[in-house]
Amino acid sequence: MIRDITIGQYYPVDSIIHRLDPRVKLVGTVAFVISLFMFRRISGYLIASIFLFTVIQVSKVPIKFMIKGLKAIFLLLMITVIFNLFLTPGEPIIQIWKLVITKEGLKTAIFMAIRLVYLIMGSSIMTLTTTPNQLTDGLERLLKPFNKIKVPVHEIAMMMSIALRFIPILLEETDKIMKAQMARGADFESGNLMKKAKSLVPLLVPLFISAFRRANDLAMAMEARCYRGGEGRTKMKPLVYKRMDYIAYAVMCFYFILLFTAGKLMGA
Amino acid sequence: MSFLRSSKLVYEYIRRDEEGNVENIIKALDEIDLDVKAGDFIAILGHNGSGKSTLAKHLNAILTPTEGTLWVDGMDTKDDSRVWDIRQRTGMVFQNPDNQIIGTVVEEDVGFGPENLGIPTDEIWERVEESLRAVGMLQYRNHSPNKLSGGQKQRVAIAGVVAMHPKCIVLDEPTAMLDPNGRKEVIRTIRALNEVEDVTAILITHYMEEVIYADKVIVMDRGKIAMQGTPREIFSRVEELKELRLDVPQATLLAYELKKEGIPLEDGILTIDELVEQICQL
Repeated sequence: MIRDITIGQYYPVDSIIHRLDPRVKLVGTVAFVISLFMFRRISGYLIASIFLFTVIQVSKVPIKFMIKGLKAIFLLLMITVIFNLFLTPGEPIIQIWKLVITKEGLKTAIFMAIRLVYLIMGSSIMTLTTTPNQLTDGLERLLKPFNKIKVPVHEIAMMMSIALRFIPILLEETDKIMKAQMARGADFESGNLMKKAKSLVPLLVPLFISAFRRANDLAMAMEARCYRGGEGRTKMKPLVYKRMDYIAYAVMCFYFILLFTAGKLMGA
Repeated sequence: MSFLRSSKLVYEYIRRDEEGNVENIIKALDEIDLDVKAGDFIAILGHNGSGKSTLAKHLNAILTPTEGTLWVDGMDTKDDSRVWDIRQRTGMVFQNPDNQIIGTVVEEDVGFGPENLGIPTDEIWERVEESLRAVGMLQYRNHSPNKLSGGQKQRVAIAGVVAMHPKCIVLDEPTAMLDPNGRKEVIRTIRALNEVEDVTAILITHYMEEVIYADKVIVMDRGKIAMQGTPREIFSRVEELKELRLDVPQATLLAYELKKEGIPLEDGILTIDELVEQICQL
């Protein structure tokens, strides 16, 4: 059971969004998130909503998977809404004891909430349609210019992909060690928090030791296969922009133009 | 032509205390003279601590000799500028399949070696396909290595080495962590590579049954070469092997015991079939 855990939340269907180059999706997501903070008018929200929901439709990922991602920020969302609601000065609508809800407060609270929700939904489209491997590949290519200022981009990407490969192996190992300790009478479930934390020590120590041993073995195996850093390395699956990727960039540009013109037209 | 040659190869593990003073020195390899012809299938036997893994790591220039010299395809392993050529020519497969697979998909792992060598993309795909076919794992190319059996993982690891087009493959106890079926799969793969592709194979193991098919067997003990010869020669010296705390294949042992009881059998019977044939002729 523990073996079947998938890292990230990739939703495997075949759609145009899935087939896009990971670089397009990374750039697109960042651009979309920035765009959310560029407008103040209803027209802007309208355009962003249309854009977001069209992309979700095209991606063929059920919307409930994106809603799931919202659970994590529920608390943050509530705090933002409440603070904006009560602490924005302006024309009061309702007054309960000392708390005043103003018209402006209500407006900012709603807009802020929409922004946050869209932000999470937008970025979860990326993680739902891209495998972790593609993401690392895309990141490596996008950050390549930073190599010039001595950022070890290739090494970071390699570390990320090795981590992804070893997560299921270490999970399995944890499971094994846990069972071995339980067979000898270890108790991981009962007791208060302190006691529970303490009972994890005999689990973590062997796990760490084995992780280091594996790292050592892996490093040797990689060297034996002529790995010597990113220089002079070719790619089995190089990232190449296809027609669809250019179209996606064009769509992105169109979205931004629309946002600006809408802002200008209504903003008189 | 000899592919691997060493003269008076010595390797010492030096243990130091906190101040950097030498605490003790363990001679893992002691004046090893080795000569392996291209295309041979060599098996190296020995119990734990006999130095066989240390020797294996020398063949790939992971370790370099403390004294003496080792030539791989004419290149001295101490020559730093040739390290990558040496590693391309002698591939290495390790004991634990999980700790040597780098890719999250089978074909990506096989492509890792060629990628490091700077092979163009189209050729990488060709090499990946041909090496996965050579080990019989082509239908698993898009699988995750985590979902394969031990024997399959080890075959993927072998494919990863084959894709680098080595002249020699060193296998350091590749079957130690496998079940009997996985062990058979792996040995069959190694033999096929040796016979069909003419790759020099050096198999380090402590399973006697795997040694039978080798062209030459080297028995190591305490850092020295204790015995060497064809499997038949080696296994006819049952007493010596017992002294070195090594087993002999079951059929050989039975033949040996029968012979001691006065039944006229030939020396160095290796397989059950041979034994059956001999007994039937009595």
